[in-house]
Amino acid sequence: MKHATEEELFAYREGDAKGREAMAAHLKECGECQAELARLEEVFAALDALPVPDPGEDYGTRVWRQIAPRLPEKRARWWQALFVPQRLAVAGVMAVLVLAAFFAGKRVGPGNPGSSVTEAASAEKVRERVLIVAVGDHLGKSEMVLVELSNAQPTSGQKLINIAAEQRRAENLVEENRLYRQTALESGDNGMVSTLDELERVLLDVANSPGEVTPAQFDSIQKRIAERGILLKVRVVRQELRTAETGRKSQPAQTDSTTRERNKV
Amino acid sequence: MRASSEQAEGVAIGDAVAVERTLAGERDAYRVLVERHSQYVYRLAYRMTGNREDAEEVVQEAFLRAYQKLQQFAGNANFGTWVYRIAANYAIDRLRQRKSEDTRREQPRRIAEGEAETDPLSEVRDAAPSPERLAGSAQLAAKMKQALDTLTPAERTAIVMRHWDGCGIEEIAVVLKSNTSAAKNTVFRAVQKLRLALQPFAEARGAARAAGTES
Repeated sequence: MKHATEEELFAYREGDAKGREAMAAHLKECGECQAELARLEEVFAALDALPVPDPGEDYGTRVWRQIAPRLPEKRARWWQALFVPQRLAVAGVMAVLVLAAFFAGKRVGPGNPGSSVTEAASAEKVRERVLIVAVGDHLGKSEMVLVELSNAQPTSGQKLINIAAEQRRAENLVEENRLYRQTALESGDNGMVSTLDELERVLLDVANSPGEVTPAQFDSIQKRIAERGILLKVRVVRQELRTAETGRKSQPAQTDSTTRERNKV
Repeated sequence: MRASSEQAEGVAIGDAVAVERTLAGERDAYRVLVERHSQYVYRLAYRMTGNREDAEEVVQEAFLRAYQKLQQFAGNANFGTWVYRIAANYAIDRLRQRKSEDTRREQPRRIAEGEAETDPLSEVRDAAPSPERLAGSAQLAAKMKQALDTLTPAERTAIVMRHWDGCGIEEIAVVLKSNTSAAKNTVFRAVQKLRLALQPFAEARGAARAAGTES
């Protein structure tokens, strides 16, 4: 084999499969091509030697401060807008109204004067859908808090970790969680009751922690989240709710099979 | 390995939740994404632009653009990869703009001095300081920085994405808006130019080693 070209050596280094074995055999024999490959390697070694200045640990926060005033408000979908943390007070009242309507709807039967079977079924379907979306949203927010806490990694030498933001969000979520757990209990959705029950304990752990914790305390919070496997449970139930919501959109006549599915979980 | 893949999955899920919350009108949820991915995007931006000021501008613009286009974000892709690509696209546009401004500034001077236009490869060779001046890693870094500046925006993008960030040729082709074969050639051209620029340095080191003045 004649000497390899620079391009062939580069392709070999890049891991190209074409002619790879022949090139490997040639390199074993040919000192000149070995030296040429080594010279090519020097370029990459020199690239590695080029430093990137450290922008600092708080760089992400600085970027956020710089761009935040330039971010336009996004228009929320109506049902999501009800559940952003700043509007939790309103959301709480709305949730009570939705729940009240939900249970009132359950009492409306085909025998009631002035109401037809179709109307009652349709009203119940709408109310259930609103509830599914609301619980799904609540689980999404809870998941976000837990994921952030689970993924945070204190830097070495850091004495205190600030979790005040997560703590405040957990406090709000505990209230919402109780409301949905009570609703699930009344409608006999045992799977949902069990998940919300466990979620409440984890949220309470976070809500009752100080705003700043030591690395040991933080580690213990992370362990408690991991030990209970709550993240996986929340994800499974959310997925079930999504499936139920999709099913409701595509199937006009729906039985209470959704509740049974969730109970299995 | 298992722990790190679980962590990566956790980050991806955390990102998806944050994207969902941002789209629901919760602007502060976007902060999680900015804080999580800024450092990574900054490293790309710095390597592409070669200076801190421009790199910081690229990072800010990338996150602003990502926020504006968040509806288009499929949700099943990785947010980190997505914002990285937006940053690479913006940085390459910026490099092209800077090159054309530099050319406009250079042109009248060259004409005035009666210089003919030169090939960038020979520029690298000609601008090279003598081997005596090149010794030690600080000089090597300075030389490499200078050599990177002689690359075209596409070549610089290609080598940064390929070498430092381990991007696949397909991904590089998307950013360069070319096909994979052209993208592969662009990476190779960049390596060739860099090698040529570093040749005097390598020779100086070889000579020093032979003379026993360098370990």
